Amino acid sequence: MTKLSTKHLLGIKELTADDINLILSTAESFKEVINRSIKKVPSLRDITIANLFFENSTRTKLSFELAEKRLSADVINFSSSSSSVKKGETLIDTVNNILAMKVDMVVMRHPNPGAAVFLSNHIDAKIINAGDGAHEHPTQALLDAFSIKEKLGSIKGKKVAIIGDILHSRVALSNIFCLQKLGAEVMVCGPTTLMPKYISSLNVKVEHNLRKALEWCDVANMLRIQLERQDIKYFPSLREYTMLFGLNKEILDSLSKKIVVMHPGPINRGVEITSDVADSSQSIILEQVENGVAVRMAVLFLLAGRA
Amino acid sequence: MKPKIILDSKQFEITVTRLCYQLIEVHNNFSDTVIIGLQPRGVYLAKRIHKKLSEILNKKDIKCGSLDITFYRDDFRTKELIPNATEIDFIIENKKVVLVDDVLYTGRTIRAGLDAMLAFGRPYDVELLVLIDRRLSRNVPIQAKYIGKIIDSIASENVKVEWKESDGADKVTLLSND
Repeated sequence: MTKLSTKHLLGIKELTADDINLILSTAESFKEVINRSIKKVPSLRDITIANLFFENSTRTKLSFELAEKRLSADVINFSSSSSSVKKGETLIDTVNNILAMKVDMVVMRHPNPGAAVFLSNHIDAKIINAGDGAHEHPTQALLDAFSIKEKLGSIKGKKVAIIGDILHSRVALSNIFCLQKLGAEVMVCGPTTLMPKYISSLNVKVEHNLRKALEWCDVANMLRIQLERQDIKYFPSLREYTMLFGLNKEILDSLSKKIVVMHPGPINRGVEITSDVADSSQSIILEQVENGVAVRMAVLFLLAGRA
Repeated sequence: MKPKIILDSKQFEITVTRLCYQLIEVHNNFSDTVIIGLQPRGVYLAKRIHKKLSEILNKKDIKCGSLDITFYRDDFRTKELIPNATEIDFIIENKKVVLVDDVLYTGRTIRAGLDAMLAFGRPYDVELLVLIDRRLSRNVPIQAKYIGKIIDSIASENVKVEWKESDGADKVTLLSND
């Protein structure tokens, strides 16, 4: 298996386990590349990539841009706050205008679920979903899987707890699909109000007690409370949320085994995770960021290789 | 057509030994020279030569690495390629580099290898060593300095190099696809 089964990366749901393993093994090679003194390879020197960010982002945008530049692609950046979107231009018009400038690939983040799929049906370029609303964030799930594999040696049979705002999290959904395809057991943990209704159809364990979830898992992936997507109150106060679902050093040290702590960022220190846990030796948060570049290079490289 | 044996295991051994002595003629005790095998199949030859040289010279510190060229190829969009590991844990700046591959065919792999190598420094000079040179098939102006055996073959034929380590026996055969 040396080629992806898909032309776009719209979500983890569309990928096969072989696709995911191919991306992870290619990413290993790229991780070696980005740790050289000359971190650049010429693979995509004839490719132009547009990064369209209709929603705020630091890590993902920088990570994609760095990945593209390290593959020698030409990069153009676009963010909705400083563009004609504000003047009422539609998504398809915006993208078609950008494609008229001869762009080969589009990396897009958008606040609406399904935006990437919609785009792939209407335009002729390879699309990479960099997060669409509360739907999917495939490259985050891939880099999380890569980081777990790197830390624990394998993913099959490992127990991963995803803890926090599951309802509004695209990271949670992509992670669930990805980890299950690779043979891991997944548990979600959070307040009842932050569990999506469809959760029972995903074949994951559901837990509302943080300590029980932590005792069960090998890896805890802590999610941020996405206040920007919450139009109503889902819990009485952030302080109460922190008391019930925040990960602190005291709970971490009282567990019977040393678990791995992950966080997709941005961290709200003192809310879902305390500083001493985020900066502890059990945390692989910064490794996740480093691996993000390698994984995105692998995705871009493999998609560019698809005729 | 029946596969034609180009090198059997005895000839294979003699050829590799001869290549080692040719290298020693030029590079003496390898204090300024490093060996780099191209992934995937050139690495077997590089390791074999490294082992033999270490025995002949009774020297344990001859440097040998492996280089993957997948990301430097000019044809990665038309071929299915899987990257392998690059392991070069030494500096090649100002060193003499012996680039090693099993078969020299179009020369494109070597072209990519020269590019890939530059990420590890600027070598003093670079030489090419190959086990088999298919001399009539070059697409780019690249020649080897040390050659195990020169063969005349056409594009529909395939040269298969087998290694004790991975295939059970050392052998080179010419296969015809007609």
